[in-house]
Amino acid sequence: MDLYNVYQNNYLIVAVFLLLGILLPVGALTAGRLLRPNRPTKEKATTYESGIEPFQQSWIQFNVRYYLFALLFVIFDVETVFLYPWAVAYDELGLFALIEMAIFVLLLTLGLVYAWKKKVLKWN
Amino acid sequence: MIEHLLQSPPGWIHFLIFFCLGAILLAIVLGFVTYAILAERKVLGFMQIRIGPNRIGGRFGLLQTVADVFKLLIKEDIIPKLADRPLFILAPILAFAPSFLVLAVMPFSENVKFADIGVGLLYYIAVSGISAIGMLLGGWASNNKYSLLGGMRSAAQMISYEIPLVMSVIGVILFTGSLNLTDIVEGQKHVAYMFLSPIGFIVFFISSLAELSRTPFDLPEAESELVAGYHVEYSGFRWAFFMLAEYVYLFAMASLMTVLFLGGWNPIPFLGFIPGVIWFALKFSLIVFIMIWIRGTFPRIRADQLMEFAWKVLLPLALLNIFVSAAVKELFLK
Repeated sequence: MDLYNVYQNNYLIVAVFLLLGILLPVGALTAGRLLRPNRPTKEKATTYESGIEPFQQSWIQFNVRYYLFALLFVIFDVETVFLYPWAVAYDELGLFALIEMAIFVLLLTLGLVYAWKKKVLKWN
Repeated sequence: MIEHLLQSPPGWIHFLIFFCLGAILLAIVLGFVTYAILAERKVLGFMQIRIGPNRIGGRFGLLQTVADVFKLLIKEDIIPKLADRPLFILAPILAFAPSFLVLAVMPFSENVKFADIGVGLLYYIAVSGISAIGMLLGGWASNNKYSLLGGMRSAAQMISYEIPLVMSVIGVILFTGSLNLTDIVEGQKHVAYMFLSPIGFIVFFISSLAELSRTPFDLPEAESELVAGYHVEYSGFRWAFFMLAEYVYLFAMASLMTVLFLGGWNPIPFLGFIPGVIWFALKFSLIVFIMIWIRGTFPRIRADQLMEFAWKVLLPLALLNIFVSAAVKELFLK
């Protein structure tokens, strides 16, 4: 029962930190509202484009070149999800799991080499 | 007393006590940020044979940052007409809140720690990833071309360098057999992990610079090409919270590095009479100083080198480090 309470209390601390992390910006911005001036003009509310008249919106279709990096990120992030529990339980699992992990990492490295050869990682 | 508190069923009184303790930590972190900015400006000044801030608050400019913060507080708050208003307001909060949230699991000494949860390291990595969404959101919601490109760039850099960052700590987890940060420090009683896993330490250090978007990886804020990156349209205190998040992450990342690789509060042999908190502060300050030093001496990396460096150099090194660490453990720690 004691351990269960310690567990709950530790996560209560995390919740308190979350609350503080939200309260500080909200509080500071609310306090700022009382102090700062507010004289809006039409020109102030335009989008900044180095001084020229802004044309069009920026919410248009365009080629996000980074999406391949995002795909690679997902693959390797999932790999870490497998590597972390393995690293924690290394002592119990022993040599066999180490070899298994080596094969697993090797397979993913092959994927990386493939992406490398396909010039996905190249900036053009 | 704290032991007793932690073992009793949670209630409002717990909430109040934790809230006060958390608020004290928040005040300390804000104090750190204030003087880290001043220290950065001073150190950079001396490295460039200048004096740095010396007007407000005596010879050393001790109140310079305080004055800067007050100036930001009384700046007019401008939200562009074309911006997505709710998301524009949400973005700085979403960027800042995780930076403080990660500090909940950080152990500063045997006694000075907050939440002692079993998955501490995983929690840190998972929560710190949320800030990238805040930056991307800020860039998107501004409806500005510069900030959209800057936000994309920031997000791409963050996710690319997160992979080597999370892979390089696997060596540390292997040695300890736990994700709990207190256990990791306890495991370094005899030798710090930076000596057992030097590759991991170097990879972690470089990727942490990129995660903090500090020189030489400060492309998201490349003034000369993207004006200011994802926060072009932000002014006053909303902008301040993006900057604050960056410096709170500096605090968090330097603490994490101290805990994972420099042995946390463990003293150097024969100097055990100095209390743990001071050891932690010394190691922590050393890392912060080195980061400022790097900013003073390194040029900015090019955009095409940036991505390739993460995927072609750091990631293979981090993968190699896993098996080197396993060999080190088999040979020396059994």
